[in-house]
Amino acid sequence: MFAQHILGLSGLAAAAFFILGLKRMSSPATALSGIVVAGVGMVVAVAASFLVIFDLPDTVRPHLTINLILAVIALLIGGGWAWMRGRKVEMTAMPQMVALYNGMGGGAAAAVAAVELSARGMQAVEILAVTVAGALIGSISLTGSVIAWAKLDGKINRPWRFSGQRIVNALVFLTTVLLGVAVIAFFDDPLLPVLAVLFFLGALAFGIMMTLPIGGADMPVVISLFNAFTGLAVALEGYALQNPALMIAGMVVGSAGTLLTILMAKAMNRSLANVLFSNFGDAATSGTSEVQGQMKSTDARDAGIAMRYASNVIIIPGYGLAVAQGQQKLYEFVKLLQAAGVDVKFAIHPVAGRMPGHMNVLLAEAGVPYDIIFDMEDINADFASTDVALVIGANDVVNPAARTDKSSPIYGMPILNADQAHQVYVIKRGQGKGYSGVENLLFYGENCSMVYGDAQAVLTQMVQAVKDLGA
Amino acid sequence: MAIDTSMTWLIALYIFMLAAFTGYEVISRVPSILHTPLMSGSNFIHGIVVVGALHALISATSLFAQIVGFLAVALGAANAAGGYIVTDRMLAMFKTSGDKSTAGKKN
Repeated sequence: MFAQHILGLSGLAAAAFFILGLKRMSSPATALSGIVVAGVGMVVAVAASFLVIFDLPDTVRPHLTINLILAVIALLIGGGWAWMRGRKVEMTAMPQMVALYNGMGGGAAAAVAAVELSARGMQAVEILAVTVAGALIGSISLTGSVIAWAKLDGKINRPWRFSGQRIVNALVFLTTVLLGVAVIAFFDDPLLPVLAVLFFLGALAFGIMMTLPIGGADMPVVISLFNAFTGLAVALEGYALQNPALMIAGMVVGSAGTLLTILMAKAMNRSLANVLFSNFGDAATSGTSEVQGQMKSTDARDAGIAMRYASNVIIIPGYGLAVAQGQQKLYEFVKLLQAAGVDVKFAIHPVAGRMPGHMNVLLAEAGVPYDIIFDMEDINADFASTDVALVIGANDVVNPAARTDKSSPIYGMPILNADQAHQVYVIKRGQGKGYSGVENLLFYGENCSMVYGDAQAVLTQMVQAVKDLGA
Repeated sequence: MAIDTSMTWLIALYIFMLAAFTGYEVISRVPSILHTPLMSGSNFIHGIVVVGALHALISATSLFAQIVGFLAVALGAANAAGGYIVTDRMLAMFKTSGDKSTAGKKN
């Protein structure tokens, strides 16, 4: 009896710690303590869950020793592997790592559902239905996340599409749902194991099939969606297990993840349905207006010196900076400018990097303090009074066509107003187009000069040029 | 079940509703610079599924339940441990100019 109360209260404490932790993560100053608070909740809940041994039916007794040994081994293997991988993973590879861990959570929820169904203990239809629904969502999250991980990790390079794909996917989904209904309806039937296996296979297959046609640029939105899916699956299995802690934690993540997904899609000027069901990469190459003017290029050293004598500079970093591993060099350059009295700010587009906030993490890794980093809404008005805008490895997010050209596929997307600065420098590897495949009008502007080359190499030259001035 | 009070579906719906509003409220105030760590942090929180997996494995009575339960615990533990370390690493890097003044200004 006593153990039961401890177990119940530990779940309550864990739920409180999780919500408090998430709340603390809402400000950079307290964010680090937030994850620690949430971690304490997790340790309490996991430790207390062993108390269930005092409250088991007698049928479990003969298996208890083996079960406990298995539990400890599984905790060590799963936890240990993930901990080691998580410690070593590069910051640029963070999104796919989150996807992988998320898929595992979905798989765990689906596996819990499978155990519950195999026990054949419960008969209440609503609990069965909830278990099956959690299994469906968890399985989709598992295989979908693995595909998302493989895509971001470069293991799958192109979207896999064929005509009629949407119809095939819809049929697979419908069949899986019908199988799930059959599992509930024929729960006492000897056919149950066959139905259940088919149901799980269908759900796993659908996760793969719905993710394969989606392009790499949209993966962050998809990962965020699967994150919400896993939360929902965990919440549903929590009800099946009559465990309020799982229900609360899962549903908090489910709703927070859904909101985050919508925010991300909005930042890319697309609806969620658009991300999931339209094949963006295909259609986007058409529909650009004729470009006026010519691109000018300039020397890295000249650009660096011009910025040294500017009074204010706004830097717009994109994923290309991270690909070139140029963040450290960039911050070195920024410190030189600051030492010379230049007012330097960073402007971050909501989708810079691979997901919202990813660029902030990459800059933070290089040591850039977050109080000189500004969101788009906070800095866009400043460009008109800025001497130099420096664009590094970013393209679509500074394309003025989004404001003016109605035929452009990126029309309406919020952009950084880099074109309003007195002088714009763009560091870029070559003359290629951005993710959307659209010509960038900014590059043809009167006030814009291109600096071609690898971001890290260019920044090294700029640093050297400014240092030479002082020597 | 551990707690000897059966939860009705109506109470479950209340819990789900309140938790959903909580999640929405907490996230809607987060600045976008924290979105990636936050996604990772919420990813960690649904690692609580490991508790359900432990319950399923410890009360297993068949070989099937033991195997699948083992898988569930391993996957859930990976979700929780991986989610924690990744989030912690990301958040540890956020610093203000104040923290950096000794390192930054002397060059």
